[in-house]
Amino acid sequence: MSDRAAEKPPGASRRKLLVYAPLAVAAVGGLGFWAMLRGLQDGSFNPRGVPSVLIGKPPPEFALPALATSGLPALASADLRNLSRPVVVNFWASWCVPCIIEHPQLMELHRQGVPVLGVNYKDRLREAQGFLTRHGNPFQKLGVDQPGRVSIDWGVYGVPETYILDRNGNIRWRWAGPIMPEILAQDVRPLLARLA
Amino acid sequence: MRPFLLLVAVLLTATPAAAQIGDTNYRLGDQVQEQRAREIGKELRCLVCQNQSIEDSDASLARDLRRIVREQVEQGASNEQVMRFVHDRYGDFVLLRPPVNAATILLWATPALALLGGIFTIWRVRRRAPGIGPTELTEAERQRLAKLQGDQRA
Repeated sequence: MSDRAAEKPPGASRRKLLVYAPLAVAAVGGLGFWAMLRGLQDGSFNPRGVPSVLIGKPPPEFALPALATSGLPALASADLRNLSRPVVVNFWASWCVPCIIEHPQLMELHRQGVPVLGVNYKDRLREAQGFLTRHGNPFQKLGVDQPGRVSIDWGVYGVPETYILDRNGNIRWRWAGPIMPEILAQDVRPLLARLA
Repeated sequence: MRPFLLLVAVLLTATPAAAQIGDTNYRLGDQVQEQRAREIGKELRCLVCQNQSIEDSDASLARDLRRIVREQVEQGASNEQVMRFVHDRYGDFVLLRPPVNAATILLWATPALALLGGIFTIWRVRRRAPGIGPTELTEAERQRLAKLQGDQRA
């Protein structure tokens, strides 16, 4: 019986290793899945996110009409060149629920003197005005994009969507979705301070 | 059972509404141009309900993009020009058929890599096969066999 152990075929130790191979594959897969879930949770990984092609570039040429009832000046690409400080450009609509959630953060930026420029996307004029009357106006200038064509030129694929432009008028940051207080603190403020 | 049968009956008789989604307002009069616009639209991803092309989606953004595609086709733009217009705005993400570049080369190479891996494995197994087949008995085995055969005879 004792010589039986010595009769082990030569490939046995390698075969033993192979038994652990599926375990190792499962472990690596599990780790990847965990990393993905973590990313989904803290927002660093978004499988549905469409990266902006305009990062580092100036926005497209455009000239939008004003919302007459608001008394705010209109918005055109000429307003986004040679700036004295970085600006925030926000695409919104009165029919967009996340825009209501985001609004207090825009108001806060406005109170602190950050120039917030608005583009009203595919909205009825009366309802857009109603939104500003009800929730307050954070915008220094406001363009109305009823056909939504200028927004397509920017690569906007939903509202709200927010861009930060540096003093040279180049787009440095884009956020698709509402600006929640955490994003304001973690991303928007540090970037605005750095670009100032 | 009754509600289930009713549901089956309703589903069987319902017209495939999803198959009829589409914007009849912005069809081009010219059939050749309309056909081209559809071909282009099928290559472009709807950015709202991703995994659908702009031809299949009823999202408002998809409707706008369908209209843009048709306007440009009508003005005589080539398929490539229209695709470039949309690609310039939304990047690679908008293309349902991803272009071959540094970021996507692994994606495109995966089928070839899997095939090569399979061929390599088969080649390895084949080469090793004779070693696994019948081999000479060791001295200990021969003794044991002789003992067993002796037992049987006894």
